[in-house]
Amino acid sequence: MSALTSGLSWNLVADIRQLFLFSFMVNAFRAGTIVAVLAGALGWFMVLRRQAFAGHTLAIVSFPGAAGAILLGISAAVGYFAAAIGAALVIASVPRSIGGTARSSESAIIGTVQAFALACGALFVSLYGGFLSGLTNLLFGSFLGISPSQVIVLLAVAGAALAALALIARPLFFATVDPDVAAARGVPVRLLSGLFLVLLGCAAAEVSQITGALLVFALLVMPAATAQLISARPMASFWLTLAIGLTVVWLALAAAYYSVYPVGFFVTTIGFVAYGIAAACRAKAARSSRRRLMAQPAGGIA
Amino acid sequence: MIGLAAILGEPFLRYAFIAGAAIAVASGLCGYFVVLRSQVFTGDALSHVAFTGALAALAAGADLLIGLYGACVVVALAMAALGARGRADDTVTGIVFAWILGLGALFLSIYTTSAGGSNAVSGVNVLFGTIFGLSAAQAVIDSVVAACVCVVLVVIARPLLFASIDEAVARARSVPVRLLGAVFLGLVGVTAAAATQAVGALLLLGLLAAPAGAAQRLTARPFRGMWLSAAFAVLAVWAGLVIAYAAPNIPPSFGILAIATGTYLAAIALTASRRTA
Repeated sequence: MSALTSGLSWNLVADIRQLFLFSFMVNAFRAGTIVAVLAGALGWFMVLRRQAFAGHTLAIVSFPGAAGAILLGISAAVGYFAAAIGAALVIASVPRSIGGTARSSESAIIGTVQAFALACGALFVSLYGGFLSGLTNLLFGSFLGISPSQVIVLLAVAGAALAALALIARPLFFATVDPDVAAARGVPVRLLSGLFLVLLGCAAAEVSQITGALLVFALLVMPAATAQLISARPMASFWLTLAIGLTVVWLALAAAYYSVYPVGFFVTTIGFVAYGIAAACRAKAARSSRRRLMAQPAGGIA
Repeated sequence: MIGLAAILGEPFLRYAFIAGAAIAVASGLCGYFVVLRSQVFTGDALSHVAFTGALAALAAGADLLIGLYGACVVVALAMAALGARGRADDTVTGIVFAWILGLGALFLSIYTTSAGGSNAVSGVNVLFGTIFGLSAAQAVIDSVVAACVCVVLVVIARPLLFASIDEAVARARSVPVRLLGAVFLGLVGVTAAAATQAVGALLLLGLLAAPAGAAQRLTARPFRGMWLSAAFAVLAVWAGLVIAYAAPNIPPSFGILAIATGTYLAAIALTASRRTA
């Protein structure tokens, strides 16, 4: 058995078997799978709705939530969810109207919420007094300490959030693609937008327990943006998002296991490479289709 | 009660007040245009770049300032170039800075594992700022840089305002819209680098967004708004410093951000009551 724990070898089967040898890695893979699916599903809508900034802020506020919960001596998970849902409600209460000035004041408010939340996090950490290694874990994540009970909580919350998303998915999609027509057809656009932000907050709170508050955003935005580059058809790009998200998380966990570097670095880098490849392929396809169009009059049916 | 003389008697506090005010004026002025041009998310991205730049320099054993200013200015100009070609949207900005932040995590881990516990402290300092820890030399550098940013911004303020409010007409009147945008983002990058030392990479967004947001609520006149924004930022920094000095448990960054957020909330409350009345 000692050969099984000897690090990376050329034997792929043994390498993969070694990954699942320890229960902490099995738990990490379970949690990573749940998180990737949830972040992918909500990230897909986030990218479509161009709410990257709001998503990033919701991701960040989980840090003061967790720090505050530790300071108060309650479960960190409670802090994560309370902070993320609270921030989602604050952002949702800001009127979101179409037009230049309203939009700029909205982004100023989101930016202020984010910075103030982080300042609160700094305050809580300072009041608690020196848990520096814990601090970097809160910010940049740690996949080593995930307990089976945590996995169950993750699964339950993810199930509830995905069920809620499935319920509002069709009207939300309508309200996203054409808010004016949706409002005219009696779709409650404002309510849906608020509900979506709360769900996004839940997802951010979940993901940040694995990747840390600063890197949640990568899992929300990267798979979805990559998939939406590859396919313009909603269902196809939705499933593609989940597939890319899962691949990124699994590869990152495996890479982090075999190296000394943090999992967040691998998640962001693999996600970024995937996006880069998709963008390059798309640019090439656009160029060749333009060339085909230009060649058509000469080579077409006479 | 803490006397003003006692505060100014301590050299580290004097440096903090002077450098803090210079940085606040620069971020207040920049922030006004950041909010006006709806580029708060870009400011957010630059603040994270500042973290990665500083840690990359630390991990490579170079001076922190080189990494800080280098990374911020290079990425700011890159964003300007992307924006010129096809207006980099929020998603692209988000993807790029999420990856840069991941690199920051890598540098942090390289840096902390290379020489033990004391390094973790400077990593955290980059994130949350150490305005009380500024040395005389750093305070001078930050003040000079911030003053230069203010001067350049005041010089380009009129054409930049024109280009921000009505890009098409400004271009037709042969205002160099693209160049102005690039210069402006470069200034934001420099400001972000300077402010990182005062309030930290994670919090400088508040210094950019909150005073400017408050000023735009209170007045529609652009130049009055600019200076109001700068004044709010200085007020936040000074009041935050006093709070942090009076209550040592409270980190200065929190004091500064709390005052800035409070100003914004007050402005919202004030204008809301005026509108309904």
